[in-house]
Amino acid sequence: MTDMKLDLGARAVHTRPRRKKKKWAHYLSIFLILAVLAGFAILFLFPTVFTVTNSFMSATEISANYGKIFTGLGVSGDGGRVYIGEKVNLQLIPDKVSFSQYSTVLFKSPEYLLKFWNSVFFVLPIVVFQLAVAAGASYAFARIQTKFRAIVFFAYIILMLMPYQVTLVPNYIVDNYLGILNTRWAIILPGIFSPFSVFILTKFMRRIPSAMVEAAQLDGAGEWKIFTAIFLPLCRSTLYSVAILVFIDYWNMVEQPLILLTDADMYPLSVFLSKINEGDTGIALAIAVIYMIPPVLLFLYSEDYLIDGISYSASVKG
Amino acid sequence: MKDKNPSVSLAGAAVSTGEKREHKPPKRKKKSFGLSGRDRKKALLTMPYMLPSIVGVLTFFILPFAVVIYYALIDNTSNANFVGLENFIELFGNAAFKKALRNTGMFSLTAVPLAVVLSLLLAILLDRQIPLRSTFRTIFLSPMIVPAASIILIWQVMFDYNGIINDVIALFGMAPVEWMKSDHGYLVAVILFLWKNIGYNMIMFMSALSAVPKDILEVAMLDGCGAVKRFFMIKLRYLASTIVFVTIMSLINSFKVFREVYLLTGDYPYDTMYTLQHFMNNTFKGFDYQKLSSAAIVLSLAMIVIISVLLWADNRLGRDLEE
Repeated sequence: MTDMKLDLGARAVHTRPRRKKKKWAHYLSIFLILAVLAGFAILFLFPTVFTVTNSFMSATEISANYGKIFTGLGVSGDGGRVYIGEKVNLQLIPDKVSFSQYSTVLFKSPEYLLKFWNSVFFVLPIVVFQLAVAAGASYAFARIQTKFRAIVFFAYIILMLMPYQVTLVPNYIVDNYLGILNTRWAIILPGIFSPFSVFILTKFMRRIPSAMVEAAQLDGAGEWKIFTAIFLPLCRSTLYSVAILVFIDYWNMVEQPLILLTDADMYPLSVFLSKINEGDTGIALAIAVIYMIPPVLLFLYSEDYLIDGISYSASVKG
Repeated sequence: MKDKNPSVSLAGAAVSTGEKREHKPPKRKKKSFGLSGRDRKKALLTMPYMLPSIVGVLTFFILPFAVVIYYALIDNTSNANFVGLENFIELFGNAAFKKALRNTGMFSLTAVPLAVVLSLLLAILLDRQIPLRSTFRTIFLSPMIVPAASIILIWQVMFDYNGIINDVIALFGMAPVEWMKSDHGYLVAVILFLWKNIGYNMIMFMSALSAVPKDILEVAMLDGCGAVKRFFMIKLRYLASTIVFVTIMSLINSFKVFREVYLLTGDYPYDTMYTLQHFMNNTFKGFDYQKLSSAAIVLSLAMIVIISVLLWADNRLGRDLEE
């Protein structure tokens, strides 16, 4: 131990002159890191910022800039596209800011807005009920460990890790059997029982000290009381972060509606946006921006919760 | 050995002498799961709380999967003759399935390692005191928030033959590329995947990096251990478990790249962008339950094998750290 101390002292003496020399190197390294990060940041922000600014272009400006690309796109995917030598003019800032696209979407053709509400009515029930179901299940998983529960929890993890290509087949079979294919419920019901939030919530609830539970039991608290007065309040921020993750996931969904719904009128905006055809590029941009507003607002108000949620999910183990 | 890296071995020694003995008894308790009378009562009392979830999971996932297995073993739903593995043999002879499997496999093999390495790199760069740290974090996370459908038009503009990517390439004197309708389509999918997923992975790495014990790092630093050495000798070992998990999550998310590809190119994209989900969608449209079921089984088995291997590796690495 004394050897160690001496050793440390000797090194401290050595490092002092060294550090002075390295000061400029330190600033240089920070500058380089910032440069690399800034480069990445531009790449990451570009598509989003671009969508937003371009949505303020007038219809004529958009067709002047991108007409080359979207002409004939709606016919057969890529149908009668003709290439002339002209370049596409990618323009970040519109020549003249115009709200005409938005006014069209909001007031003149409400059918697009209807699709927006489709999305809302899919996602909200899934978020609310998935959390309710998962909170109960996680409580049971966290409160007591039995061999049976260990097996069930493992099954949940496996299920959580299965891609849609696997889980949508059983979903389809049940929806078909229940006769709810091509209704809202075909997507909402399987969504409610998705094991993802059980996984994160259980991991969090297992950290709640058993002493708290025992103290409450001494005071005569039953399971319901422990669940509602101890576990749920302690989990509030985790519940919030899980809700955001689930919301983002389902707001973005494409696979489920394509398979479980046949009626295109029921499609959420996420799928419908790709079906808006060439003449409406400007409108599509405006809808795209409207569509990203809810998740972006949610993100800006609760980024810390989201980050906590992702961090909690970051390991399969306890 | 001692001279080379005293900090690590010291910390290791502290763990092995001091804490090992204290840790053993509870471990044994956990393993037996002995249900005494009181525990059984507790288990019964909490049962109603998990019942809705279990019933739902059984109804929508587990029980129908039994039906999936049944469908995979019969010739068709009306005759229901047992045909053994014939559907599977047929599936592996199916050109579309083979193409989808190869494309998805190739895609995952390139996109997943890239996603892990790049997000780890960003997390390391952000794991120090620099100006604008949280702003960068927000920016890198933002693609996860923005719905794929919202930015699809911009991707189309960028990757079009007359688009900006070809303009940039032209600056370097390269010939323009027909991105969506050539073998390069695969590259477009990789870029979209990285753009969307790096932020999520980066957050997981950042939280793992901040969980690396500070005292070990400080001792190593005092011992003159450079940043690179500190990373490879210490941090990487603490990150091992997260790397495995991020790999698993990226793998699963790599199956979701279909979203972007579908939104960009529709039901029948260029050959190299035809993914497993395209195959499933088109098979759903044809109501071919036998093909669907056997494909789902093949995929789930493949996923279980891959994930088990990764978790097994994680366990090995984890044990190494605890000793």
